[in-house]
Amino acid sequence: MDKILTNSIQSVSKHLLQGNITTREVLNSSLERIEKTKNLNAFITVTKQTAVESSQNSDVRYKMKKPKSVLDGIPIAVKDNFCTKYIRTTCGSKMLQNFVPPYNATVCQRLLDAGATLVGKTNLDEFAMGSGTVDSLFGATKNVWNLENDSNDFHISGGSSGGAAVAVATGSCFGAFGSDTGGSTRNPAAYCGLVGLKPTYGLISRFGLIPLVNSLDVPGILTRTVDDCVSLLNVTAGPDCNDSTCISKPYRSIRIPPAAQLSVKNLKIGIPREYACENLEDEVLQTWNEVASLLEESGATLKEVSMPHTELSIVCYSILNQCEVASNMARYDGIQYGYRADENSSTEQLYAKTRSRGFNSVVKHRILTGNYFLLTRNYEKYFEKALKVRRLIANDFDNVFEEVQMLLTPTTLTCAPLHSKFIQKSNSEQCSQQDFCTQPANMAGIPAISIPIKLSKNGLPLSLQLMGRNLSEPTLLALAKFIEDKVKFPHIVEKL
Amino acid sequence: MVSMFDRKHYFYGDMPVGYQITQQRNPLAKDGILDLFVFTPGIHKSPYVKKVKIKQLQLEQDSGKSLHGSDSSLVDLNRAGMGLMEVVFEPDLTDGEEAAALVKELAGILKKIGTCTCKMEEGGLRVDANVSIHQEGEPLGTRTEIKNIGSFRGVASAVKYEIERQIKLKEKGYQIINETRAWDANTKSTVAMRDKEEKQDYRYMPEPNLPPLHLSNDEVNQGSVNVEKLRKSIPELPAQIRERLQKELGLTLSQAVILVNDSVLLQFFEDSMKMKQLNPKLLANILIYEFSHIIYKTKVNPEHFLNRSNVVADLVYLLDTRKINRGIFCYLLEELFIGNPKQPIEILQEENLFQITDEEELMKICKEVLNENENLVTLYRGGKKNVYKALMKILVNKSNERADMAKCDEIMKKLLNGE
Repeated sequence: MDKILTNSIQSVSKHLLQGNITTREVLNSSLERIEKTKNLNAFITVTKQTAVESSQNSDVRYKMKKPKSVLDGIPIAVKDNFCTKYIRTTCGSKMLQNFVPPYNATVCQRLLDAGATLVGKTNLDEFAMGSGTVDSLFGATKNVWNLENDSNDFHISGGSSGGAAVAVATGSCFGAFGSDTGGSTRNPAAYCGLVGLKPTYGLISRFGLIPLVNSLDVPGILTRTVDDCVSLLNVTAGPDCNDSTCISKPYRSIRIPPAAQLSVKNLKIGIPREYACENLEDEVLQTWNEVASLLEESGATLKEVSMPHTELSIVCYSILNQCEVASNMARYDGIQYGYRADENSSTEQLYAKTRSRGFNSVVKHRILTGNYFLLTRNYEKYFEKALKVRRLIANDFDNVFEEVQMLLTPTTLTCAPLHSKFIQKSNSEQCSQQDFCTQPANMAGIPAISIPIKLSKNGLPLSLQLMGRNLSEPTLLALAKFIEDKVKFPHIVEKL
Repeated sequence: MVSMFDRKHYFYGDMPVGYQITQQRNPLAKDGILDLFVFTPGIHKSPYVKKVKIKQLQLEQDSGKSLHGSDSSLVDLNRAGMGLMEVVFEPDLTDGEEAAALVKELAGILKKIGTCTCKMEEGGLRVDANVSIHQEGEPLGTRTEIKNIGSFRGVASAVKYEIERQIKLKEKGYQIINETRAWDANTKSTVAMRDKEEKQDYRYMPEPNLPPLHLSNDEVNQGSVNVEKLRKSIPELPAQIRERLQKELGLTLSQAVILVNDSVLLQFFEDSMKMKQLNPKLLANILIYEFSHIIYKTKVNPEHFLNRSNVVADLVYLLDTRKINRGIFCYLLEELFIGNPKQPIEILQEENLFQITDEEELMKICKEVLNENENLVTLYRGGKKNVYKALMKILVNKSNERADMAKCDEIMKKLLNGE
């Protein structure tokens, strides 16, 4: 039965429709896999009961041959920073440890409307501030690759959507939603050997996604295949009156032809030289070159391009991030919801104690620096300047997309580091290295996708990133599928 | 033009997200002018024009309401996060009456364009009045801000009180301190509110969840507001109504100002004019004096009567055509206003209240009055002219208040002086 879990969403849906399997069987396989891989700590909450109910409803629809969509009855997981109605949503923080939202995020609502079965809420760095899924109230999420059961150490899953990535990689679900602010979906996708899409800013509603950096956040999609990614994108993208920054133009479903029909002839693909930075590991560089050659051999035109402001992204991001964090975290005062410290001496004391106990040190650090940058006397010097740099980074993309249609870069500079090595660095050091290749896309709002290519000598996934201009998802996904078909990445779900 | 939204950060129980969305850098509109008439009967002899500069108009979020008890504080969050428009005026006003007139004019405009109910009692419109005093030629003095004003008259009274308070302080040699004070409508005074903490840095930041609002004068692309189109959809505003009432209907400026300031009276006026061909000036006067007096006396909310404005029209028509006199008019209007469901003409017929205008009949009544009150007649003829009033009052009663008093006046004078 476990074989079900290695299928694509399309084919499971077909089997369900033909009556070869039932939604209950699919769900059971998924729940069993969650149980079996519990030690990886991918889930904060497993929503077994609601999943069983939802799956029964799907079953009725399949029996009537009227599924709601290709996702009907398909187990899906959602990162624990998307609000889910009557299901606790923690953000991996003590502050929201017992928070039960009274509403669904648009992403969750659309998944439910499409008949998908929510199997659980996945682990993340507290409030998505991190790139390893090591800073969660619920502990780190372990990467499923190269896991030695007798060792205390493990490879990090990447982050901050590490739980979602591990859930998909192990086959606990067919796809998951993460969020991507500086790479939080693509980074764990790269480390866990998955497809990770950061769509164009505003293509998928942020309503109900607990904000990290509003102007950079997008819901991200984690799946094992590009086709599965398209399936999830098609049911969740499109205008939402609850999010003013959502693109108001109606969304047109994307259909990608079978891989055999895809061609890259005459496609102009840029290789930005600034992404070959000094910390780039040889194996990653090699993979990058291999895929570039592969594309060239297939008829694409490859061109070296320059994006001079790339390296400024890290410092620019860190200012914008901390400013918006300082602002967004102001609502956690212990009054309306969430954790409240036991303190009666004054309202101010209650705020102070609640916040000092409810947040971890990473969050508190960002709040303090963010508020410093926003002081009237510092505003121009830091925040306004960061906005200008952000514009320069976006201009780099505008310029380069005059010459080429797509960009090919690494997603991360290395394979998944060992936890023991990773935690020796501070959170800000971790993020600045991890997000180097992924952040610029957030700055510009453009779509980007990470695709797994092959395994390193140590048996860890090596991935690359594609980026395109705003709303170029159809081309981006088609190119990703073309590469996916050529490289035939060995997914770990088949070996579990 | 681009209008933008900002976050203003501060921790306070009435602001659940820790910041308020407002417009600090690029408000929706700037540098406007509002023309209005200041006219409070009893205080001003006639209306005068006032020009007030609008500094800016911004959209922001309302906060919740803190209720402080002795050992605990409560917060009412029902209003928190609701949209709010703040209009900031330059210090162009000189007293409370002008301030009240400004608020009334603004309320008139906002009601017309459907912004809000503008009911101050319900918090639909709120006024923070900033007051300072200075000698002519000197710069503006330190200002205080008055909050918690609950009515249009409250605006006038609060500002008047505050000006007097500041003058008294200055005369005693004290300094005015920049503070927020609350208007207490019961004691008719302003009291210092709990101190705001020391000056805060609000750490303004652009609101990332609201894209800039683009305003344009032409047909424009998606996501932009066409100002010209909006302008064309604006209905007749108070200033234009005043002008129409004067130019087309011949009302005096005072009448026009009073009617426009009172939306209910204006509604009765407009409705009645539509129902019958009436003398506009007479109708306006009736509404401003008799009708207002009845409303005041009976303390009945006049809005319930709006669906019977035909009654007002009928009565004014009867008065104008001398079918009834003013006394009967007032009696009927009050009777109907407090709930008599009949039509005016029915009551008139049942109670026989039509005015007596027949000269002979009036002559007869007048003569009877004179015959029955010979002592008063003697006094009058002996030079005590003020007994005339008493004679007329007897006449009113004798005729059951139905006599055409204007005609009777002529007849009586003739009878008393001419014989």
